[in-house]
Amino acid sequence: MSRSAAAAAGLGKDLVGIEHLGARRITSILDTAEPFKEISERRIKKVPTLRGLTIVNLFFEASTRTRISFEFAEKRLAADTVNIGASRSSVAKGETLVDTARNLEAMKIDMVVMRHWASGAARFLAERIPSNVINAGDGAHEHPTQALLDMLTLRDHLGAIAGRRVCIVGDVRHSRVARSNIFGLLTLGAEVGVCGPPTLIPPHMRELGVRIFHRIEEAIEWAHALNVLRLQLERMEAGFVPSLREYNRIWGVSRARLAVAPEPLLILHPGPMNRGVEIDSDVADGPHSVILEQVTNGVAVRMAVLYLLAGGRPEKAEAAKAEEVA
Amino acid sequence: MPDQFRIPIMREDAVGRAIARMAREILERNEGTERLALMGIHRRGVQIAHLLQDEIERAAGVRVPRGSIDITLYRDDLMAIGPRPVIGESKLPPGGIDNRAVVVVDDVIFTGRTARAAMNELMDWGRASRIYYCALVDRAGRELPIQPDIVGRAVTVLPHQRVDVMVPEIDGVLGVDVVTTSPEAA
Amino acid sequence: MSPRPLWIRGGRIIDPAAGLDATADLLLLDGRVAECGGEVEGPADAEVLDARGLVVAPGLIDVHVHLREPGGEHKETIATGARAAAAGGFTSVCAMPNTSPPIDDPASVGFVVAEGRRAGGARVYPVGAISAGLEGRRLAEIGEMVAAGAVGITDDGHPVMDSGLMRLALEYALPFGIPVADHPEDLGLSREGSMNEGLVSARLGLVGKPNASEDIHIVRDLLLAELTGGRIHLQHVSTAWGVEAIRQAKARGVRATAEASPHHLILTEAAVEGYRTDAKMNPPLRTGADVAAVRAGLADGTLDVIATDHAPHHYDEKESAFDDAPFGIVGLETAVGLVLTHIVGEGVIDLPTAIERMSPAAARAFNLPGGTLAPGSVADVTLIDPARAWAVDPSRFLSKSRNTPFAGLELTGKAVMTIVGGEVVWREDGSG
Repeated sequence: MSRSAAAAAGLGKDLVGIEHLGARRITSILDTAEPFKEISERRIKKVPTLRGLTIVNLFFEASTRTRISFEFAEKRLAADTVNIGASRSSVAKGETLVDTARNLEAMKIDMVVMRHWASGAARFLAERIPSNVINAGDGAHEHPTQALLDMLTLRDHLGAIAGRRVCIVGDVRHSRVARSNIFGLLTLGAEVGVCGPPTLIPPHMRELGVRIFHRIEEAIEWAHALNVLRLQLERMEAGFVPSLREYNRIWGVSRARLAVAPEPLLILHPGPMNRGVEIDSDVADGPHSVILEQVTNGVAVRMAVLYLLAGGRPEKAEAAKAEEVA
Repeated sequence: MPDQFRIPIMREDAVGRAIARMAREILERNEGTERLALMGIHRRGVQIAHLLQDEIERAAGVRVPRGSIDITLYRDDLMAIGPRPVIGESKLPPGGIDNRAVVVVDDVIFTGRTARAAMNELMDWGRASRIYYCALVDRAGRELPIQPDIVGRAVTVLPHQRVDVMVPEIDGVLGVDVVTTSPEAA
Repeated sequence: MSPRPLWIRGGRIIDPAAGLDATADLLLLDGRVAECGGEVEGPADAEVLDARGLVVAPGLIDVHVHLREPGGEHKETIATGARAAAAGGFTSVCAMPNTSPPIDDPASVGFVVAEGRRAGGARVYPVGAISAGLEGRRLAEIGEMVAAGAVGITDDGHPVMDSGLMRLALEYALPFGIPVADHPEDLGLSREGSMNEGLVSARLGLVGKPNASEDIHIVRDLLLAELTGGRIHLQHVSTAWGVEAIRQAKARGVRATAEASPHHLILTEAAVEGYRTDAKMNPPLRTGADVAAVRAGLADGTLDVIATDHAPHHYDEKESAFDDAPFGIVGLETAVGLVLTHIVGEGVIDLPTAIERMSPAAARAFNLPGGTLAPGSVADVTLIDPARAWAVDPSRFLSKSRNTPFAGLELTGKAVMTIVGGEVVWREDGSG
């Protein structure tokens, strides 16, 4: 078997984005996540799968949720974890990303989970170090594990992804969550819409095969599920929207707006929520909200990704296969 | 690599007799069905456990609880063999395993590594009062100091030979074959 | 002391300014062209160069290079830049003023002139700043800089955001006869951008610079040149509408010249895929439609000159996340090969037109000596082997920097000898 064929069977060295994964790999990650859901229900929520591996959670941007979700996933697989936050690491002292990475390598680590402010940073790191790299969000580019957990949640409730209509609502322009979801959902055959003020929707999205809605009412009428993005306060300060109040009145997902939908919509939100801005509390806490399931699925999906990457070293798999025949 | 030789060593009736004997032995060792539970190891141990459950019910009139266990995440060779994307379901028997005599059911015991992994996993699940290890086939080649308590049949095979247990749910038949894979043996 | 006479025999002399394209001899004497055309009888002490199979062109001129000195000597110096220019076939370069400190007064202009003379490569002509400190607030000492040797003014690297200041610059420069060069970019539309705004930027999650950010300032500059009667030189034009706006303005008689850079003639935004920082430049690589328009503009003369925007950067500055990397690529040592292979080779313009765009048109835009082989002109000559096949190998660059998206590219056509003032300043050693 050629190396490329071996790589195609697994996930390869890194998970940098969803865009080039392909349907087979995405489905394989989602399927692998299923049994991992159950581990978190056990009395001893831990399996020894990644025992002895050292995983560094390298967060150049604060993100309590994503980091904790990864940390749970790592610990439940028995890996050793080290957290490095931007304020504590040496970025502040002007060290470059390459130097940070090489220093980590020198301490003999196995995997890096990285959040970085620059688009492309995860790929940059992955190309330069032999450790597995998992992108936990790079700039406005991708946040692959978030999209995977969103897709797992959608699949749990809609039965399938193909043919379903999912609309991403809010600040698509600055959102890595939106991009990863768009790539993944399109790959799995869903119809994808985006909805928000035109200042927050990159016009070229249409060329990706995405429907653009500027009115939330139209999006609600069309979609089976809404993935509501967080509206950052900075967007208002930068002038993309005049005020949070106006945003809520025109694009906020409210119970009254959802009431006119032909059938109940599934409501997702990657968190953390701004209640009363992009989503009203009675929707977030309502019967069709799956926001907490997303959080639960997040741990399972991340366990699946860690598991697949840890074993996914094609050269080792090949060597072992030769022995296994005996 | 194509199989060079496939020799049946147990057909359906032979497996059936072995299962019946194993069921009796389980009942003898446990002195009945009191607090007994079966745990089949994925994949084919699950079916063997099912057969044992039926057999025990026939012999003792009691349907003992049965669960399943997938040891993939407890393997000691993940880094070497690459991931198994399909992980089977691990399911406790109704009532759990605490203070129960748990019979772990495997299709073939070979290196002992599966048994090791299964016992580690069981201990994470709870505290069984006793664990029995039960395999339909015992073949040579142990790499760990682990021996089964109850065996359907011991076979002597060479290192380049493989023992295949077949169950109806997966393979369409019930039986055991010895497969010779090495080309020089042909 | 004058160098030995050079008797260049049997080459294809292409001198667009004189309308000459013929196999002929060229004699250089005392730093000047003595005779050009037909069979020439050289003096006995002349060094004879057999130029059969080679193109003999007036020395190539790059009106847009960044030599980084002072302040950025780890990227390039005037000396290394002048030698890299000579190795690329250039006999003259115009050095941009965005150094540290910037070239915004007569003393710093004098420094560039002096360093350029010492370098012994291509001639180095300083371009001074439009505004003091490149800050875009008030005019620099333009008259004094011209007196010290500046051949033009620009705030390149930064656009002149204040249209009022741009108007003043165009007016004030009039009596000095120099062009006012501008990097046209409306930062209000593009400040955060690191590549072209389009489908690729939307996919990669990078902030884009829309064409409009360049177009608005091109149109503004043309209108201001029209208003003032000044001479505007638009740098590195990359957009389809930008080219069209210049075409229309020239038809109205606006005094405008404009540049096309080899990378904007050859590459599209697709080169950025994979976050390749060597494809990060400003203006950014744009779409295929823009490349086609820039090519058409070069062909019909809307874009007068080919200029490289040679922008050296140290390797570890480009070894970073895309947003953090600086803009720009080196261009001096790849320009001739790229133009011959991809612009002439793909039929955009013929070889004499390419030489016109790289020599006489450049000389005219900045009133530089050279650009012709007419007897009496400076003996700046470039010999080109149009058939030489070679591959771009950045490790062999004479430039201090290696940041090019063209590494490994197979090209046909290379400058093999560069003569400045009758002296051979660079000679291809034959091995590559």
